Amino acid sequence: MLKLELYKIFSRPRTYISFAVITAFSLSIELAMLSGGDEYIGLALKMTGGQFDIGGKIINGYLITYLILQSLLIQVPLLIALVAGDVIAGEANKGTLRLLLTKPVSRTQIVLYKFASCVIYSVSLIVWLAIIGLGLSVLIFGAGDLINLKGNMFVVLLKDDVLWRYAAAFVFAAIAMTCVAALSVLFSALSDNAIGPIISTMAVIIVMMLFSNMNLPLFNIVKPYLFTTHMIGWKGFFEDPVPYSSIYKSAGVLILYIIGFVSTALFVFNRKDIKS
Amino acid sequence: MEQSEQIVSVEGLSKSFGNFVAVDDLSFTINKGDVYGFLGQNGAGKSTTIRMLLGLIHPTKGEIKIAGLDIKNNKTAVLKKIGAVVERPDLYTYLSAWDNISMFAKLSGGNISKDRIKEVLEIVGLTGREHSKVKAYSQGMKQRLGIAIALVHDPDLLILDEPTNGLDPQGIAEMRALILRLGREEGKTIIISSHLLHEIELIANRMLIIHKGKKVVEGEVKELLNPDDMLVDVSYSNDKDVVQLIKNSEWGTFLESGTKTTLRFKMHLDKVPALTKGLVTAGVNISEIKSTHSLEAYFLSLTNQLDAKAGVI
Repeated sequence: MLKLELYKIFSRPRTYISFAVITAFSLSIELAMLSGGDEYIGLALKMTGGQFDIGGKIINGYLITYLILQSLLIQVPLLIALVAGDVIAGEANKGTLRLLLTKPVSRTQIVLYKFASCVIYSVSLIVWLAIIGLGLSVLIFGAGDLINLKGNMFVVLLKDDVLWRYAAAFVFAAIAMTCVAALSVLFSALSDNAIGPIISTMAVIIVMMLFSNMNLPLFNIVKPYLFTTHMIGWKGFFEDPVPYSSIYKSAGVLILYIIGFVSTALFVFNRKDIKS
Repeated sequence: MEQSEQIVSVEGLSKSFGNFVAVDDLSFTINKGDVYGFLGQNGAGKSTTIRMLLGLIHPTKGEIKIAGLDIKNNKTAVLKKIGAVVERPDLYTYLSAWDNISMFAKLSGGNISKDRIKEVLEIVGLTGREHSKVKAYSQGMKQRLGIAIALVHDPDLLILDEPTNGLDPQGIAEMRALILRLGREEGKTIIISSHLLHEIELIANRMLIIHKGKKVVEGEVKELLNPDDMLVDVSYSNDKDVVQLIKNSEWGTFLESGTKTTLRFKMHLDKVPALTKGLVTAGVNISEIKSTHSLEAYFLSLTNQLDAKAGVI
């Protein structure tokens, strides 16, 4: 059944929009940095307000990848919701869910296989991001030391110490995106139209991200419990030393959310009357 | 297995959506080999009942057994024995007919061979079009493809919910012929729902009429549509008291009701020509004579009531 679900997802043109968006965005940043990267870095250094004398090649494939990840990992949830939000509700809307449920497959199996296919789709998006973002950037700009800003400090990571961090960051991003897929599948189980789950997923993520990013006392109370706070845990791999306990905690929270979302989706879908 | 073996047994089935009772204490049985007509107006509760038979809707109350298994606790095992087309056959239009059948065949359990897929395509008359995308199919072809999907795993029971809906007259005739062939040649037990008595009369051997979620009547089509139960409506224009005249004649025993312009008789279909002759001889100026089966008349009265409520009449 997993094969069938993947076949359904990858038979549809909509699925490839996400890959096209990632490709277009990554190539745009790579081209922009190729033509005006020095100016951009100069401006960024000025904005920090300090005087720096940095030798070596600042603009390299690793830095470009970091910029791509920072910008794109906010948009990727929308691309995931576009497909995951449609897996149940889209079929309900088109009427194919009715036919599917007349076959000797349990509803639990249907939800789990649909979720699994969404996870594979999400991971394949992250892998594509790694190929286009990291692979192509290193190919164009070459590898080098990675300099990134944390608070008022620059963190310099040596060239040979960077690649494993990206590998770990992509694995973490896959967990974060699985959490988004689980939320979308839950909304999809609740709805009979495909647009609702996509909009609902994005609305929840945007509101929670606002809570996570705004430094207000009330929001600070709930922040540790929001999954959006933990979705950016991948950044920890680019600190020195790596805050492993915080990363593990974030991954744990995300996994708990995934279990919660999928269990709720199973509960709702098993009790749902199929009237569409 | 004997013909009288029950394949479906429904007992005290009810379903409510909030305060609305869609199906109310419905009980019926279907024997192996039956082509069972499930008749009712739109909104009578047919689709809700069919969805409960398939486990798509959870009953509020009651029990459904298919092939002796309670669907509530044995849903997967029960669904292996059923093939169904519920309302429109909504399919994956971006895939070919072959891919659609092949995909649902895999979900139906067991190893379904390519030869079986070819066989069902042949049965429904789609051979040669199996590799076209479904989006290019007509409504009739989609209906037939839906039946092919329902048949592919060779189920004992076929459930077809309003299979002629949206078809043109030729499509309806083809669908009717296909259903009859499935019953006679393939030996399938078939449940077919419809809001047209005529359609059920032509296809089914047993039937159930449902109205507002309740069972109205169930039985053999031949018995329910017995020619002894014809209602003959006569419209006339006379100054004399025709009703009294008829009461005193040999036709008086058949007279059900009468007014100054109409007469209603209940009799065997064969007696209608003699009645017409008798009325003319008695000097009744007939303007219209129309015979309907009493069950059909009853069913039409339900339709009229519903239409009147909807403001059609």
